[in-house]
Amino acid sequence: MPVVFEKTKGLTDVQFHYCPGCTHGIIHRLVGEVLEEMELLGDAIGVAPVGCAVLAYDYFNCDMHEAAHGRAPAMATGVKRVLPDKTVFAYQGDGDLASIGTAEIVHAAHRGENITVIFVNNAIYGMTGGQMAPTTMVGQKTTTSPLGRDPRHCGYPIRISEMLATIRGAAFIERVSVHNPAHIRKAKKAVRSAFETQRDRRGFSMVEVLSTCPTNWGMSPVDALSWVKENMIPYYPLGNFRHPEKEVQYGN
Amino acid sequence: MEKVLMKGNEAIGHAAIRGGCRYFFGYPITPQNEVPEYMSRELPKAGGVFLQAESEIAAINMVYGAAGAGARVMTSSSSPGIALKQEGISYICGSELPCVIVNISRGGPGLGGIQPSQADYFQSTRGGGNGDYRLIVFAPANIQEAADLMTEAFDIADFYRNPVMLLGDGMIGQMMEPVEFRDPPHRDLPPKEWATTGTGGTRKPNIVSSLRLDPAELEKLNERLQEKYRAMEENEVRYEMFATEDAEFVFVAYGTASRIVKNAIQELRAVGVKAGLIRPITLWPFPERAFDELPESVRALMSVEMSHGQMIDDVKISANGRWPVGFYGRSGGMIPRQQDVVAACRSMLVEVK
Repeated sequence: MPVVFEKTKGLTDVQFHYCPGCTHGIIHRLVGEVLEEMELLGDAIGVAPVGCAVLAYDYFNCDMHEAAHGRAPAMATGVKRVLPDKTVFAYQGDGDLASIGTAEIVHAAHRGENITVIFVNNAIYGMTGGQMAPTTMVGQKTTTSPLGRDPRHCGYPIRISEMLATIRGAAFIERVSVHNPAHIRKAKKAVRSAFETQRDRRGFSMVEVLSTCPTNWGMSPVDALSWVKENMIPYYPLGNFRHPEKEVQYGN
Repeated sequence: MEKVLMKGNEAIGHAAIRGGCRYFFGYPITPQNEVPEYMSRELPKAGGVFLQAESEIAAINMVYGAAGAGARVMTSSSSPGIALKQEGISYICGSELPCVIVNISRGGPGLGGIQPSQADYFQSTRGGGNGDYRLIVFAPANIQEAADLMTEAFDIADFYRNPVMLLGDGMIGQMMEPVEFRDPPHRDLPPKEWATTGTGGTRKPNIVSSLRLDPAELEKLNERLQEKYRAMEENEVRYEMFATEDAEFVFVAYGTASRIVKNAIQELRAVGVKAGLIRPITLWPFPERAFDELPESVRALMSVEMSHGQMIDDVKISANGRWPVGFYGRSGGMIPRQQDVVAACRSMLVEVK
C-alpha cells in the first residue's frame, strides 16, 4: 500500500503534553516539516521558551536549548554568533515574547539578528493557568481579568508584528493563523519563507501564528477555532508585514 | 614576555583572549567599561565576536546560548549589572555550562556609586540567583594576578562545566600596573560532546536545559552539582599567608583591602606588633584550611573589608570559635586608611589582653 502520510522527521517520538485541541501541535509539525524539507534538521539549533512550549526541546528532532522566560531571542543570538552557518530558531508564546521578553525580541530584530522566531499568540498565559497577556483581547475574561480586559485599566492588546515591522533589521514578518486547513497551508509557507530568509542571510525573521487555548478560554476546540476567526483575526490582521524582496514600508 | 604597563580592565580583556575567549556579550556600566571597549577592538582581530547587548539580562543570556554552543565566552559588568545577570548565572549553573563573568564592583545598594567597593561578596559567593549553586570566585589583589587568573579561568570553567567569576573592585579595574602575560598550568579538558552544534544527522539531539520537572531528577542534578562543588573545594582553593609564622594578630582581607592591610602589617611590625594576613584568592571555595595553619601564637583575627562586613561570616565559620573575630571596614567607595587599620588592630589587642 502506498504511504500517503508520514510524521515529519522534524519531530521526535515523544508524546506532546499539549491540551486536546490546542494548536501548538499543528505549529510544531509545520516547523518540523519545513526543517525536514529544507534539509536543515542536522544543522538546526532551536530555543524553547518558558510557557506551554517549555518542553519543546523534547519534541523537535534537533539540538535544542531551553531559555529563561522571555530570553529566547538573546539565547538564540548567542548560539547564532558562535555558529553563523547553522539554522537557529526560537519558539515563543505571547507571555514569553510580548510581555517579559519584549526587550529581547525588539533588539534581536533591531540587530537584524539572522535567526527565525516562531511566535505563538493565543491571547493568554496558558501554562500558568489562564492569566491575562498583553495580547489578551478587550473584554476577554481571564483569571487576572475576571470581568474582562478593560483597556482603561491595562491598555489595548499589543500588535507585535506591526511593531517589529517598523524595525529596519526585521527582514521577514508575517502573521498567519492555523484555524483551518487553508490557513495551515499558508502558515507553512510563511514558516518556510522565514527559514529561507535566514538561509539567505537576509536578517531577522518572525512568523506570528494565531493559536488557540481551548482549556483556558473555556471553549471546545471547534469553538476555539471559530473564536480565532471571529475575534482575533479582525484585531490581528493576517498578512505579510516585512519581506526581504519587498520595498521597505518604513524607509531605510 | 616583557612586562607592559596596563590598566586593569584592559589587562583582563587581553588575558581573556589569551585564555581562548572568542565571544564577549556585555552592556556598558562604570567602572568596567574598558573591558568591553578593549574586547570590541581586539576580539575581531582574534577571529572572535564582540556584541553589545541591550541589557545585562540579554548579555548573560547570550553568554548562556554561546556557552551551550560550545564557545569560550565571557561577560563583564559591575555590581548592579551583576545583580541583573544573576538569573542567567543560575540557569547556566543548572545547565552545567562553562563561562567567565567579570565583576568590577562598585558601592551599593541600589545604584550606589561608582567608586571601588567589596560589597558584592554576598552576591558573588552565596549564589545571587535561585537554587543551590556555586561559582568559583577569584579575587585578585593586583593586575598581574588578575591577568593570570583571567587566562586560567576559561580552562577551569571548561574543566568543571561551571561559571567562574573574577571579582575585582573598581581599583583593580581602573589602576595601571606592570603585567606580564603568562600561560596557565595545563589541564586535560574533555571534548565538548554536549555542545549544541547541530546533530549533523549523526547523533541524537543535544539539549541544554536547567529544567527537571521530576523532583527525583532535579535532586539527582543537584547531587551531581554538589559533587562538583566538593571537587572544587578539594582542588581549587587558593590563598596567600603573609607574615603569619609568628603572628599574634591575623588580618583576613582580599583584593584592594589586602594591599592596605599589608602596609599596615609593616607599620605594626616596625613597632613590635606581630601582625599577619590570610589573603583569600578564591572567595569561593573559601580557604577555611588556611585558618588551620595558623600558629599557636595567634590571639585574635580581624576581617578588613571595603564593606560593612560580608566576608566576616566566612571568617567566623573558619575560625570556628578558636579566636575572637574583629572587623574593620569602610563602604560606599571609601577606602580604608592604613593608619585606621593599624588603630583597629591596636584597639582589638587591648580588648583581648
